[in-house]
Amino acid sequence: MVEAAIPPSLRFRDDEPADEPAVTLDAFLEQPDAVSVRIEGGDDVRRLAPLLDRVKLVEVDFPRFRDGRGYSSARILRELGYKGELKAVGDVLVDQLLFMRRCGFDSFAPNQPIDAAVASRALEEYDFVYQQAADGRIPVWKLRHG
Amino acid sequence: MRLITGNDLATGDVVWWTGQYWSRHVGEAIDVGADGEKIAHREEAALRVNIPYVIDAEPGPNGPILKHIKEQIRASGPTVRPDLAIEPADPNVGSYVI
Amino acid sequence: MYRYDKYDQAIVDTRVEEFRDQVARRISGALSEDQFKPLRLKNGLYLQLHAYMLRVAIPYGTLNSNQLRTLAHIARTYDRGYGHFTTHQNMQFNWIKLEQAPDILALLATVEMHAIQTSGESIRNISADQFAGAAADEVCDPRAWAELIRQYTTFHPEFSYLPRKFKIGLTASDHDRAAIKLHDVGLQVRRGDDGAMGFRVFVGGGMGRTPFVATLVRDFLPAEHICTYLEAILRVWNRHGRRDNIHKQRIKILVHDLGGEEFTRQVEEEFAVMLPLGDDMPLAEYERIAAYFAPPPFEQGLEDTLDLSDPRFAAWVERNVAAHKQPGYAIATISLKPVGGIPGDVSAEQMEVIADLAEKYGFDDIRPTHAQNVVLPHIRKADLYTVWQALDAAGLGADNLDLIGDIIACPGLDYCSLANARSIPVAQKLSERFADPARQLDIGELKLKISGCINACGHHHAGHIGILGVDKKGTENFQLLLGGSGAEDASLGRIVGPGFSEDGVVDAIERAVEKYREVREDGERFLDTYRRVGVEPFKEAIYG
Repeated sequence: MVEAAIPPSLRFRDDEPADEPAVTLDAFLEQPDAVSVRIEGGDDVRRLAPLLDRVKLVEVDFPRFRDGRGYSSARILRELGYKGELKAVGDVLVDQLLFMRRCGFDSFAPNQPIDAAVASRALEEYDFVYQQAADGRIPVWKLRHG
Repeated sequence: MRLITGNDLATGDVVWWTGQYWSRHVGEAIDVGADGEKIAHREEAALRVNIPYVIDAEPGPNGPILKHIKEQIRASGPTVRPDLAIEPADPNVGSYVI
Repeated sequence: MYRYDKYDQAIVDTRVEEFRDQVARRISGALSEDQFKPLRLKNGLYLQLHAYMLRVAIPYGTLNSNQLRTLAHIARTYDRGYGHFTTHQNMQFNWIKLEQAPDILALLATVEMHAIQTSGESIRNISADQFAGAAADEVCDPRAWAELIRQYTTFHPEFSYLPRKFKIGLTASDHDRAAIKLHDVGLQVRRGDDGAMGFRVFVGGGMGRTPFVATLVRDFLPAEHICTYLEAILRVWNRHGRRDNIHKQRIKILVHDLGGEEFTRQVEEEFAVMLPLGDDMPLAEYERIAAYFAPPPFEQGLEDTLDLSDPRFAAWVERNVAAHKQPGYAIATISLKPVGGIPGDVSAEQMEVIADLAEKYGFDDIRPTHAQNVVLPHIRKADLYTVWQALDAAGLGADNLDLIGDIIACPGLDYCSLANARSIPVAQKLSERFADPARQLDIGELKLKISGCINACGHHHAGHIGILGVDKKGTENFQLLLGGSGAEDASLGRIVGPGFSEDGVVDAIERAVEKYREVREDGERFLDTYRRVGVEPFKEAIYG
């Protein structure tokens, strides 16, 4: 039994999606016109640092949801000032969405469809977080001390 | 003989395939021959068992004699707490020394 | 101890509801076992040999009586009347039903407890020195930092799908009672030359298939940057730790593969990059937490003497009671290793006895240790005899702390689906072989640790004598190790030779102990003699 799926609009951005397919990191670095890049687990996203202005879409691959390297890749990109679309692709379950949002992902392309209402609930579940991350949520220690 | 064992999803109890239902008592387990994988898949998909798998056993006077000590302990309970044994009447409980 | 504010409580309560929903989705089949397993592990719920097992977090090994009574209630109501103190200062229940787990977690939440991140590839329970707040040799109570780090590492969004588990241990003393060098990250709270508070940081310790003693990565880290520094360590490992072979994914492997120098360089580089982010908690937050760990209102001017005319009481004091920094007080360790007993197991009734004693005589302070015992850190000497009598009547009076009878053993194949051999029967046989108190005293300090598989939950690498249970062609077999230590002089035990049967390993240990007695010099413990004479004399004695 798979959860009932409404076509998910799991994209938390208002702008137009990049319509170019994502190329590998190596290819992206060699193609000055490319705007979409796909990051695998072992890729060093910091190689994108000098080129962030031209990146419209970064897809981060999660071949197995247990492989958490993509969370660091995402957060590093946001720390570098990347403002474009950051999409989690692959083995993504609703239970990972909140952590992914917190690390800066703003769109999702899961292998198995995720019901948008269930996703919404998951993302709003926790009123409080202990840490600062890429989503700008105020951590509890700041609430405590102003 | 080949048996199918697993755990009850909601309670975690160790269970054994009897041919018709999943029993807590290894004495009711039947020989599934070559059909173990097929039955296990079907039962798991129907949520009647969690993580089933097929094991080897020999027929014995008090029920199947399981090949591996791990399965013996699953069938009877912790050897160091015979008071918590699944079948306290089992004369073999507490003497699984190899 | 720390008390939740509305934020802490809300987070734990939300987690309970989230898990309740996840359990419902599993039972309905909406989640497969493969999808559900990491989710239930993040709430400490294993599927073991006989049932689900729940590992309740006891953060930095600190409990109050209300919490311990709740654990007793859980043991009675949802389990089979007992709990098990683990080698990581937590408590395990062995007979849990999945369908009741959300209710159990909800009950725990009412007493500010949880099972968050006690298993799976998570940042686990933070361990700390069980004598914190009572020992004279500590710089400060490390548990305030442990609580701060606990919060920081709870549901950390970047580090919830790590290559493997991750364990942080803290001490605030040069004498390491928390085995921090055998943790993934070991932190020693210390003062810098100018008196500022900071940490000595060790990374990459651990046991298991490839044991290592941790590497010193930073001699002095200003305390206010501990969160960012931990993030840097975790990020380097999360990005570069192996993901291809489950036995090679702990951070100790990365530290070893890169070498200490290169690993440190990467951490320092990442730390410098992350520092401007402002992730660290402010000093005000540390001080808010630290206020909960202020010393209890000790009475002043108490008599510092003890009436030791009862010889059994005197024996217990001699072994199990340590000096307290406050005159007139003592640190009492309750040994959960009665002769022939199951190490670390405690009945609901015994939990209530301990809770009552702590509440009445001990400032409501209870400390499970990684040796599977329980410390009452603040007992007035004037009350010690009364406390001991109550413990003794409840079967909690074993006077064998750190002696050969104080055995550490994982649950082993009697309970654990990962195990290759049973560990508890070996512990029981050894306990009975060496039951004679005079003999134990004569042998002296001897830390004996037993694991039922290579995952080493019994910490056998850190035993003066260690036993590793293996499966040898379908038969239980036991390897003997000598010379390990989890203290500040950390070392890893080495295997002495071919393995033994269950009875064989008991005999082998007896021969090793007799050899020690034969060649020891004045004041030497077993470990000291072993380090002085080496393994050969012991090998000869054991194998003949």
